[in-house]
Amino acid sequence: MDPKRSRNSHESVNSSESTRFPDEVLERVLSLLTSHKDRSSVSLVCKDWYNAERWTRTHVFIGNCYSVSPEIVVGRFPAIRSVTLKGKPRFSDFNLVPENWGADIHQWLVVFAEKYPFLEELRLKRMTVTDESLEFLATSFSYFKAISLMSCDGFSTDGLAAIATHCKNLTELDIQENDMEDNGGGWLSCFPENFTSLEVLNFASQQGDVSFDALEKLVDRCKSLRVLKVDKYVKLEQLHRLLVRAPQLTDLGTGNFQQELTPRQCAELESAFSNCKNLHTLSGLWDATSLYFPVLYSACGRLTFLNLSYAALQSGDLAKLLPHCPNLRRLWVLDTVEDEGLEAIGSSCPLLEELRVFPAAPFDLDINRGVTESGFIAVSRGCPRLHYVLYFCRQMTNAAVATIVQNCPDFTHFRLCIMNPGQRDYLTGEPMDEAFGAVVKTCTKLQRLAISGLLTDLTFEYIGKYAKNLETLSVAFAGSSDWGMQCVLRGCPKLRKLEIRDSPFGNAALLSGLAKYESMRSLWMSACNVTMNACKLLAREKPRLNVEVMKDDETDSQVDKVYVYRTIAGPRRDAPPFVLTL
Amino acid sequence: MEICAVYEGDLNLKATELRLGLPGTDEPEKQNMSSVRNNKRASPDTAEDGGSKGDSDTKNSDRESAPAAKAQVVGWPPIRSYRKNSFQSKKTEVETGMYVKVSMDGAPYLRKIDLKVCKGYADLLKAVKNMFKLTIGEYSEREGYKGSEYAPTYEDKDGDWMLVGDVPWDMFISSCKRLRIMKGSEAKGLASGV
Repeated sequence: MDPKRSRNSHESVNSSESTRFPDEVLERVLSLLTSHKDRSSVSLVCKDWYNAERWTRTHVFIGNCYSVSPEIVVGRFPAIRSVTLKGKPRFSDFNLVPENWGADIHQWLVVFAEKYPFLEELRLKRMTVTDESLEFLATSFSYFKAISLMSCDGFSTDGLAAIATHCKNLTELDIQENDMEDNGGGWLSCFPENFTSLEVLNFASQQGDVSFDALEKLVDRCKSLRVLKVDKYVKLEQLHRLLVRAPQLTDLGTGNFQQELTPRQCAELESAFSNCKNLHTLSGLWDATSLYFPVLYSACGRLTFLNLSYAALQSGDLAKLLPHCPNLRRLWVLDTVEDEGLEAIGSSCPLLEELRVFPAAPFDLDINRGVTESGFIAVSRGCPRLHYVLYFCRQMTNAAVATIVQNCPDFTHFRLCIMNPGQRDYLTGEPMDEAFGAVVKTCTKLQRLAISGLLTDLTFEYIGKYAKNLETLSVAFAGSSDWGMQCVLRGCPKLRKLEIRDSPFGNAALLSGLAKYESMRSLWMSACNVTMNACKLLAREKPRLNVEVMKDDETDSQVDKVYVYRTIAGPRRDAPPFVLTL
Repeated sequence: MEICAVYEGDLNLKATELRLGLPGTDEPEKQNMSSVRNNKRASPDTAEDGGSKGDSDTKNSDRESAPAAKAQVVGWPPIRSYRKNSFQSKKTEVETGMYVKVSMDGAPYLRKIDLKVCKGYADLLKAVKNMFKLTIGEYSEREGYKGSEYAPTYEDKDGDWMLVGDVPWDMFISSCKRLRIMKGSEAKGLASGV
């Protein structure tokens, strides 16, 4: 199956024979390497290793689709079976990137169809994918197995129908959190009757009914199905019918969890859950109340990841459920559980490593509910292994954060969102500088940080001075002057992604990173203080960076959005009119 | 070369600022960052952020401390649109309440009750009693409502008429479409535990 290649035989003559491995041995060894970072390192050792690595790489990860072109990729790596591509800047998730910005997968597929006829897997994040592209994909690659789309847009259920119809060897169809247009649930019926290979099926983000009959038959005949996440239109009694056909599931996303069931139906559902001996991940649970939690209890003991972020539970509901889930490592909830709910987490889940608390009413600026600093403290006390947190709240104090990181010094990801921009420590009235100072001083393993609240340059001084492992930093409504951003650019050696919005950083700050941007994946600045002149200067000095500017006003020298990223593909050829590549 | 002045108000941009807010209202210091820039903008994509709260026009109005008029900032808080959409419907539900018609046998016109306001059956029955000035007997699983000639019933999602009180409250409010206070011999039938 491996396309045999022509070697550069003259290279072997020039190198010292006694220290060389035969190519075959080197390739055999290198083919065992899976981490793309390791492979990148290997490829830099010498030309032989570069070649051996490129022939043995089967999976390529491209963190920014514009950093390289499809032609360059297929030119370097001839044997790829699996591609991961990320497109738009992360702030596009929050409507900060206009429509039709780019990151369209199609041109990639055209090139892959020619050079990678054996392509098996495609994983995309924040890319535009049309139905035509999905159809092209489904019909161009006869060995295609797995597609995963996360936070993508441009397609509808018709595209899924194309995949279901044509991909005879499909093992994975994973459609997560996308803006997918709903043209009906008939796509499920497009899987042929003799199709049995599916292992992963996730259509939780569908916004309409599916053909349940087709779904039930599909689940019945796909005996290797281990991940099943249905959409919220699948009812509880339907869930039961699915579960009895797939007790081997490891990962279940339920549909709507609120339906009138007779006691017998309840008992049946409970029995179905207890038969799922391998279930470790549970999500969905739309509109769940504690009414039907008891059907889950038998399965809860095995759960390691529970996603309750679509169920507006109260603290009492959570307090009833969690004692049954002592093995949780990851938990996502809504802030309707309030501090009391978080206390229940602290007392029931000692092994917890990741907590995400989402706001149920993020745009309701008037209400005073949700979680506060005391809930966070309670979790930190009960869950010393906590290392990943995403926390939306309406009030916080510096002292609380200091306590939290004292209790949990191993944070690798600390994302705190105090929802009112520029809000102070509500007890002392001070800025929140010391909070994030405590985080970076105490959590030496910190890789990702998102800051909020009223913050001066002092926060950024702390970050630059202490956050030596920081790779991703998200900044909004923070800082006092260019100095802040300069501290970060100067001080954080491992910084790869920096995204900033609505902060007073200007040209001096932008230009202070001149020497650094090529070592980073990208920089995003919007609603800051940057002008065209500085962007042009940056573009001129650094030809291997793409400096893309989006302006509000034709005549204004003020730049609304600037996106800077390293690339070996030169300026984009598909930039829309509102994106100026300098 | 630097344009820091904008944010210190040296150019007195406030005086010439165009905005949709009420005259005489002020912006808190901390919001200065975005206020000047956002006022120039009329980005179409801001409409999505509003959720069900107010109209997107208020987005460009001043961000005053008075809670009622607080505007929303584009893309803030940072929630993915997928998650936002999941809660749009929830919010309107909470805001508009859950009114169901209540009819009483013999009464000339119907009334409406907000089930969301009631915390349980006791509340509901109390409200019904006050509304129609009647007494309803005590509820028991075996015998229904004993002690009066009235029995509170409701029509559920399937179109069947059920006795109020048999199922848990949460289940009741999610399936109740309308209420009917039955009287006399019909009620007796229900009330004596068929």
